[in-house]
Amino acid sequence: MAEETEDLRAFREELRAWLDQNCPQSMRDGRNDEASICWGGKNWQFDSEDQRTWLERCVTKGYTVPTWPVEYGGAGFDRDQDKIYHEEMARIGARYPLRSFGIWMLGPALLYFGSREQKLHYLPPIARGEVRWCQGYSEPGAGSDLASLQTRCEDEGDHWLINGQKIWTSYADKSDWIFALVRTDRDAPKHKGISFVLIDMASEGVSTRPIKLISGKSPFCETFLDNVRIPKEQVVGEVNRGWDVAKYLLTHEREMISAGGGVMGSGRALGAVLADSETGLSDPVLRADAMRAEVNGLAMALTLERYKDQAEAGQGAGDASAMLKYMGTELNKQRLEVLMAAAGADALTWEDDRAPSWLRAKANSIEGGTSEVMLSIISKRVLGLPG
Amino acid sequence: MLADAARGFLDQKAPISHLRRMRDEGRVFDSGLWKAMAEMGWAGILVPEDCGGAGMGHSAACVLAGEMGRTLVQSPFIPTAVVATTVYSSVMDDRSRHALSRIATGDMTVALAVDEGAKFDPEHIESKAEKVGNGYRLSGRKRFVVGGLSADRLLVLAHTEEGPTLFEVEADQTGVNRSALHLIDSGDGADILFDEVELDGEAIMGQLGRARDVLVPALRAGQAALAAEMTGLASAAVGMTIAYLKERKQFGVPIGAFQALQHRAAHLWCECEVTASAVLNAGRMLDTDPGNAAMAVSLAKARATDTAQRAVQEGVQMHGGIGMTDDFDMGFFMKRARVAAEWLGDYGYHANIVAQARGF
Ligand SMILES: Cc1cc2nc3c(=O)[nH]c(=O)nc-3n(C[C@H](O)[C@H](O)[C@H](O)COP(=O)(O)OP(=O)(O)OC[C@H]3O[C@@H](n4cnc5c(N)ncnc54)[C@H](O)[C@@H]3O)c2cc1C
Repeated sequence: MAEETEDLRAFREELRAWLDQNCPQSMRDGRNDEASICWGGKNWQFDSEDQRTWLERCVTKGYTVPTWPVEYGGAGFDRDQDKIYHEEMARIGARYPLRSFGIWMLGPALLYFGSREQKLHYLPPIARGEVRWCQGYSEPGAGSDLASLQTRCEDEGDHWLINGQKIWTSYADKSDWIFALVRTDRDAPKHKGISFVLIDMASEGVSTRPIKLISGKSPFCETFLDNVRIPKEQVVGEVNRGWDVAKYLLTHEREMISAGGGVMGSGRALGAVLADSETGLSDPVLRADAMRAEVNGLAMALTLERYKDQAEAGQGAGDASAMLKYMGTELNKQRLEVLMAAAGADALTWEDDRAPSWLRAKANSIEGGTSEVMLSIISKRVLGLPG
Repeated sequence: MLADAARGFLDQKAPISHLRRMRDEGRVFDSGLWKAMAEMGWAGILVPEDCGGAGMGHSAACVLAGEMGRTLVQSPFIPTAVVATTVYSSVMDDRSRHALSRIATGDMTVALAVDEGAKFDPEHIESKAEKVGNGYRLSGRKRFVVGGLSADRLLVLAHTEEGPTLFEVEADQTGVNRSALHLIDSGDGADILFDEVELDGEAIMGQLGRARDVLVPALRAGQAALAAEMTGLASAAVGMTIAYLKERKQFGVPIGAFQALQHRAAHLWCECEVTASAVLNAGRMLDTDPGNAAMAVSLAKARATDTAQRAVQEGVQMHGGIGMTDDFDMGFFMKRARVAAEWLGDYGYHANIVAQARGF
């Protein structure tokens, strides 16, 4: 890393002082797992007063979305500043004040494809944690072959009329709005008749039904869209060009999943885990597996940083996000297998939080595009192989 | 820029066909090529400017090593320009400065003689240097001295009463008996017998009994550069394989249309990318925080070893029969990867250092 400039040093000091003063003690436990963080939204129930205070203070500084422009609720940080922000947050074990699909996925897509009115209308409420978004891509018949989706969206003159079903919609039952892919032209080739639309979940005709996961939780749903009407201006990008928006958004989603929502590399060293376990250090196979997982995990964490360094702040890694997602999720699964083996019977009950997170991680190489799909993207778009 | 210049030079002066010609002629060192590399500033890449070098640092050395890995250049670059140079740079007395200036001009090559067993293990050595008057008498047997056959000078690790010490020995001194190793990668390697070699007190590199002080930084520098070389090797092998998948037709289509092969090729590419990050990080750590670079360097060497071996194994398999022929280059990649995997510590050696740093 290059020597830190005078400006960046001052920036770091100022940020550090602000964090020291403003981050409540209970928000410094380093917990950034799905259950501990604030997801925001109209129906959000804060776990504690501290969680609310922490969010509110960060919102005033734009620290919920540090790389977004100030006018949309961000802090306008460049890559160097963003890196320092993450380092200083990690230094005190601060929880992220807010995480959401709006931040990870819709925000970057709107910043790139949205009209100025759309940005001003939708981005600040995401940054403030007031509106929670979910993702309506997958359908019962359209998973890996996402572009074959069938949800119909018809032009009714002064509004759009939507009919169809989405599935695996994470947190649909807790979300306020959904960004969805719909078919606006049934005669065009499959990639050319798709549009990217924004739907208020409170609209008439939207309903959800939770689906239970192997981890025991029900974070995702079936989402039904029956004669749902939306205003004409709720299309992002051009009509029938939604596939471009969809793909761009997916590169951001994949990077986010790759980083395990920020746990990769920053997780507990496997050495400490093995040392705590009954046979960890004396079982040669477990130790060898753990060494390999640790080597790979550290190298993967460096890779995520390297790709962030290469990209403009706030921009994605493009097609290489498929590599980040594939390697990140597969290596994370490998790591969690080691954790389970090290823990033995200690991790086999539902009271323990290890089994659910081990089970949940199995989805990481499925959601956002499966590992096999990632490999196909790499072989075609990066390596230029035929077919 | 450095990488582009290096690639241009190597494609012209040392493509893989150069290695093949050297192999066929039974030669392991091309002094003309090394002189040309010195003129490019490569022999002195780590030599301080006031000793006639480029003084550029480890990241730059890794860039060069990576490019050399792509065309499998056999040269004294790592033993001399990286390892020995780092030893001399940490000693920095008048003798060392003189040595550095001769390295930078390409007039002197140096090899490091540490290993005594089949596996890299600098902590366990039996060679001894006995005190005799003001000097020492060195005896022992060193194995797998890379670059040792053509080197003008050797840096030899031996025990003294005060502890392990690194000695500088002229390769043509009485009592130094070198025997050529016919290495599978056609590189320069020797087993060397030191039979009561008389050394004066000046021959000690750094402090008596304190070999670690000068050896550890030098080994790390060499390991990082070797990791970079292996990463270049792996990318080149993967690149050749991908080109072949597009060209070779079976069942009426390019074999690269078969998903089973596409996914294996894509996976290899991913492995190369992840390893490249570890190598970049190792160079950066050696340049900015060398005292804390141990884990970064071992991470790079472990990853590079794993990736290079996977790349060449898959490379041969996906080429089918032609991959097994001597006429085709993939075999050179496989053999170099095997030798580089062992040199300066294999996967297990380095993964273990990472594990120790992470508390196992
Ligand atoms: C926890 C979780 C949360 C999710 N959240 C959301 C969400 O919020 N919103 C949303 O829209 N979707 C969500 N998804 C859906 C997810 O994107 C899909 O599950 C995924 O795209 C795979 O589709 P599928 O389940 O239909 O599997 P399929 O496409 O049927 O795949 C089955 C198997 O076949 C393989 N396969 C398919 N095609 C090929 C091919 N061409 N070559 C080789 N192998 C192939 C796949 O890799 C897989 O192994 C979520 C999924 C999970 C598990």
